[in-house]
Amino acid sequence: MKFRIYRYDPEKDGAPRLQEYDVALADTDRMLLDALVRLKAVDETLSFRRSCREGVCGSDAMNINGKNGLACTTNLRELREPVELRPLPGLPVVRDLIVDMSQFFKQYHSIRPYLVNDTPPPEKERLQSPEDREELDGLYECILCACCSTACPSFWWNPDKFVGPAGLLQAYRFVADSRDQAINGRLDDLEDPYRLFRCYSIMNCADVCPKGLNPNKAIAKIKDLLVKRAV
Amino acid sequence: MALPVRRFDVIVVGAGGSGMRASLQLAEAGLSVAVLSKVFPTRSHTVAAQGGIGASLGNMSEDSWLWHMYDTIKGSDWLGDQDAIEFMCRMAPKVVYELEHFGMPFDRNPDGTIYQRPFGGHSANFGEKPVQRACAAADRTGHAMLHTLYQRNVRARTQFFVEWMALDLVRAADGEVLGVVAYEMETGEVMVLQAKATVFATGGAGRIFAASTNAFINTGDGLGMAARAGIPLEDMEFWQFHPTGVAGAGVLITEGVRGEGGILLNCNGERFMERYAPNLKDLASRDVVSRSMDQEIKEGRGCGRNKDHVLLKLDHLGPEVINKRLPSIREIAIKFANVDPIREPIPVVPTIHYMMGGIPTNIHGQVVAPSGGDPNAVVPGFYAVGECSCVSVHGANRLGTNSLVDLLVFGRSAGDFIVAQHLDRAAHRELPKDAGDLALSRLARIDTNAGGEGTAAIARDLRDAMQAHCGVFRNHELLSEGVRKVLEIEQRAQKVTLGDRSRTFNTARVEALELDNLVETAKATIVSAAARRESRGAQARSDFPERDDREWLKHTLWYREGNRLDYKPVNLKPLSVEAFPPKARTY
Repeated sequence: MKFRIYRYDPEKDGAPRLQEYDVALADTDRMLLDALVRLKAVDETLSFRRSCREGVCGSDAMNINGKNGLACTTNLRELREPVELRPLPGLPVVRDLIVDMSQFFKQYHSIRPYLVNDTPPPEKERLQSPEDREELDGLYECILCACCSTACPSFWWNPDKFVGPAGLLQAYRFVADSRDQAINGRLDDLEDPYRLFRCYSIMNCADVCPKGLNPNKAIAKIKDLLVKRAV
Repeated sequence: MALPVRRFDVIVVGAGGSGMRASLQLAEAGLSVAVLSKVFPTRSHTVAAQGGIGASLGNMSEDSWLWHMYDTIKGSDWLGDQDAIEFMCRMAPKVVYELEHFGMPFDRNPDGTIYQRPFGGHSANFGEKPVQRACAAADRTGHAMLHTLYQRNVRARTQFFVEWMALDLVRAADGEVLGVVAYEMETGEVMVLQAKATVFATGGAGRIFAASTNAFINTGDGLGMAARAGIPLEDMEFWQFHPTGVAGAGVLITEGVRGEGGILLNCNGERFMERYAPNLKDLASRDVVSRSMDQEIKEGRGCGRNKDHVLLKLDHLGPEVINKRLPSIREIAIKFANVDPIREPIPVVPTIHYMMGGIPTNIHGQVVAPSGGDPNAVVPGFYAVGECSCVSVHGANRLGTNSLVDLLVFGRSAGDFIVAQHLDRAAHRELPKDAGDLALSRLARIDTNAGGEGTAAIARDLRDAMQAHCGVFRNHELLSEGVRKVLEIEQRAQKVTLGDRSRTFNTARVEALELDNLVETAKATIVSAAARRESRGAQARSDFPERDDREWLKHTLWYREGNRLDYKPVNLKPLSVEAFPPKARTY
């Protein structure tokens, strides 16, 4: 199978380049990550992140034939050749397919990604109805792979000021939690021309999410709550 | 060479469930704590746990920690230490409630309490009938738990060193552990991280086998470091085969599928577990189910063209239950097995999943090793929690859901114990002059070797050897040939040659460093297995098919130096209740 892979080692390369590979695959090689592991056995310099190989850890997000996705859950048979692999767009490249995710995590940390509830907890669990719990479905499953935020033009332009779809999805995960007491503070923090309102519903986020989540929908709900709060 | 040094009160190596539960306790107490992780914390392998956390909340029907304790001891085939098992089962409800208070998105019952599902080997009233004890967040319990713990650590301002790999321990001449030498992957820099307490939470090592549910990062780094520092590894022959890995792919299918009512079928469409475990059937403990599956396949009742797997049927649960309780399983089956479980069964085989053994500890997480006649003398300054440790609550076979509760209980317990030492008032000791030597010599070896093989070929042969010689059924011939092969591979690993010399994010160098740890773990495993001439829990010897309590009711200790074995007694005395003496184990 033929590949064209973005290569850049700051110690050796003045500029990034695309390297062609042709690799013989085994019958058991099913996913793109299997092919990458096979390539690395031949060329140890090829660098990428990977861990769980089943789509829950979020390590191996990359740009695959122009679209962000996880190498471990992308079936090789669905890929047009030569398969072109590039690092996630919009973040600084450390080496090859490895990007510096600091800015992405900084935005995630900025939304206070933890439950706020200052009432002393009961001896047992805090009760939550199944209906209230259902509000968290489609939100808590995020694996922080950054496919969505790095597919978002608004995040490309303002990664320092716009929270981005992944961070906003998590912001809404806590707004929507019946146990959280900081909803007003959370909304105040997002009522800002950049942090929330740089989202123009381009919908790339929902299009690329490997877990089938829809950040755009969560963002719309935050906007709704802001409107309701204003009137 | 003098390495740069950074000092903390406590260093935690590993940011999975146990590491982050410990660091949370430490950071909230105001200690300066550094958590090192090869990957961003939420990418640690706890994230892949699916089914649930075992705790006798009794939300579905009556339950008791004593029943949980009995199930755990029986599951361990009496090799578990009963003091540690009592401690864990009593603490389990408390740590689950805490996790809920931290924001964990558990599934809920109509009355608002945490939803619990049945799981293998969990029973009410000392084995009478199945009980719903596994506290679940759909089939993403580990993901929900790991993210919740990370979020809580963000709140506590825990300091993380992300994409740092610990290379070796630093020990004083008197044996006290003073920290680790660590490698920053992005820059290739090496540094001493000094601490007054060092906590290993480095997880498992399933990557010593060819077919494993484990992530690429599970390479036994903590075990390798401990072994090189002269610390023994306990009960390493006991490796759990999870009954339901996707055939061919190895990806985990939670026992929760059977908890929700899924069943295993052979090629005749027979629910064969009824024959092997008439009472708990498909929910017998994992060693029993895996052996039964292997038996079916061996006797020609496997499924598929090669009759090499069995089928996990769950379509009768209906789309509603599957989509609500097992959504990720459906996703995995479609992606990795090409079947939609709403309509078709999933092809599954027993797959390496969990290491019951590890670095020996007590219930405070303190690492212990024989010294001066005491089989459990404390190694000062050194702690281990989670899968890399052996406390031992899992004995010869772990019950499903007990891994997550182990992480929470002993992560917290080690944290509490360290907090009580008031380390912030103690001074750092002077580092020995040779603090970095061991790690630097390993790096130098890897960087200057020439003419040897690459990591991938050596690691593949190691995995294949372990798979072929240390599998579900073992015997003397297989094991002794396996020991020979593994020692041969160790020689090749000494000469591993890098195909990448860059300092920047050199993942080839990381993999070569990991290979050393895989080799130590594999040696410990197969040497311990070859020596234990009995069948107990996950160790099934066809040449010694019976459990032998007279000779073998004892823990194995493997030492790297001289590849030598020692043994120590099992603690059959609980903390407060009466002991559960060994008896025949049927489900």
